[in-house]
Amino acid sequence: METRLLPAILVAALVIILPVFFPSGYYYRIGALVFIFALAVVGLNLLMGFAGQVSLGHAGFLGIGAYAVAIGPVHFGAPSWLCVFVGAILSGAVAFVVGRPILKLKGHYLAVATLGFGLLVAIVLNNEAGWTGGPDGMNVPALTLFGWRVHGSDAWYWIAGATFVGGFLLALNLMESPTGRALQAIHDSEIAARVLGIDVARKKLTVFIISAMYASVAGSFLALFNGLVTPDVAGFLGSIELVAMVVLGGMGSIFGSLVGAAVLVVLPQVLTVFHDYEQAMLGLIVMVFMIFLRQGIVPSVTVALAGWRK
Amino acid sequence: MAELLQFAFSGLTVGAIYALVALGFTLIYNASDIINFAQGEFVMLGGMTTVFMAMAGVPLPLAALIAIVVTTGVGLALHRFAIAPARGASPVALIMITIGASVFLRGVAQIVFDKRFHSLPPLFGADPIQFGGAAILPQSLVVLAGAAVIVVLLWLFVERTLLGKAVIATAANRLAARLIGVDTRRIVDFSFAVSAAIGAIAGILVTPITLTSYDVGTLLALKGFAAAMLGGIGSPLGAVVGGLLIGMIEALCAGYLSSSYKDAAAFLIILVVLVAMPQGLFGRVKVERV
Repeated sequence: METRLLPAILVAALVIILPVFFPSGYYYRIGALVFIFALAVVGLNLLMGFAGQVSLGHAGFLGIGAYAVAIGPVHFGAPSWLCVFVGAILSGAVAFVVGRPILKLKGHYLAVATLGFGLLVAIVLNNEAGWTGGPDGMNVPALTLFGWRVHGSDAWYWIAGATFVGGFLLALNLMESPTGRALQAIHDSEIAARVLGIDVARKKLTVFIISAMYASVAGSFLALFNGLVTPDVAGFLGSIELVAMVVLGGMGSIFGSLVGAAVLVVLPQVLTVFHDYEQAMLGLIVMVFMIFLRQGIVPSVTVALAGWRK
Repeated sequence: MAELLQFAFSGLTVGAIYALVALGFTLIYNASDIINFAQGEFVMLGGMTTVFMAMAGVPLPLAALIAIVVTTGVGLALHRFAIAPARGASPVALIMITIGASVFLRGVAQIVFDKRFHSLPPLFGADPIQFGGAAILPQSLVVLAGAAVIVVLLWLFVERTLLGKAVIATAANRLAARLIGVDTRRIVDFSFAVSAAIGAIAGILVTPITLTSYDVGTLLALKGFAAAMLGGIGSPLGAVVGGLLIGMIEALCAGYLSSSYKDAAAFLIILVVLVAMPQGLFGRVKVERV
């Protein structure tokens, strides 16, 4: 138990201490974005790093969550906080329906099927202009919690940070649960897992649904935080960015999710001067990491440290 | 009836382009088991390079030739510098590399070229030919003829030349091919180069009709991939038939159902094919299922 609590406490401490070093309010904004993306990346990492299944359409779930908090309050007058949950449940339900057939596929077939799914979501969001505002997107009413209207980067920094710590702890616990062990067995060898009596299809579906709900909550937060949502959130590039964050931080490293998200959120801010180079940089980073550092940052550093200690 | 003919013809035209993209996929897949997501970028590079060469005052045929050579070089570089060093990586890692390459090429294209849409003058003018009540662009015929020539040349090459036999051998069994002295690495090199060239030609042919910009590659790659899936991945015949079919379905969907959802048709097909008949129409390879 303690071994699981310790990393979560460390991350919580990080969330609390970090603002001390923020020279301006702008840094709260970046911090909030890092934690929001990290939340989605933790979910995707459960799927990719632990269960060994790739999803190139995860931004689709980000989009469902984002539009839930936009459409719910605007068209149905529902409170935003409720819409976050509705979005997560909807994403879970969609993941259940879509996941059942496509998780039977493997390797690049699975990659392409999830990619197709993500693009379908983006196409629907683009075309149902009556509901979604089409390619221009729509405004998202601010979140109101117990009469407190949440606005400002610092407020969102704390909400996103706290939610991330919660999601982080949940993910660590999940990995140590029977389901988590079963997933790791599936990752190592599906056949061996099946021989052990693990219901492979069901476990994969479970983690797919969980990762979809993580992404959905992150999407809701992103939309509420920005006060605006466009179909780009669900686009192809969004999915690639999420996968890149997982790969960068390290597949199978929950803490790596935070590192991967931080690098890819902070880097474009540092490189604003080179705004035009953003896409080229993203592509290059993905390529270089997949060729030379397939383990990702955190696992590589861990291995290096362990070697150095000896 | 005239309406149907009109839709069918525009479907065949885009279908021919999808078929060429799918053919490029198939070539690389057969030689190396790699799904190359940067295939669409080859089409984009072919079109864009020609446009910018022509704008710089280079005569059109020469500009097209330069574009093909440049794109072929990019294809070779992709294999040499990105795919080959990652030998032994998992299929997913390799997919991520080609996706990274695709995003990278797009990013570079928007810096080197620009973000606007561009066109090229059609080869035989822009006056449509009337045929059975449908108006057909001369350039459509050029696209179809070009695609047919490429398919026939490729078929002749594979069937009639020693290098072509080596390609077949590599596709059938890489280890066995190496045992009988085929340099499979060179064959993979070669398949990347040819795929890139085919993509570039497709891009040049279709630009007068559909226009081109730095980001046309993604959709083309996915639809080409859908075509390859539909036809049965690994089957060149399947790639061509699948491409034409997807083009037709898309055009009919745009004509009779909803033009804004025509792009969705290809992805629905991907999902249905993957789930219901993963071997595709002409495929022999079985998908590993759990």
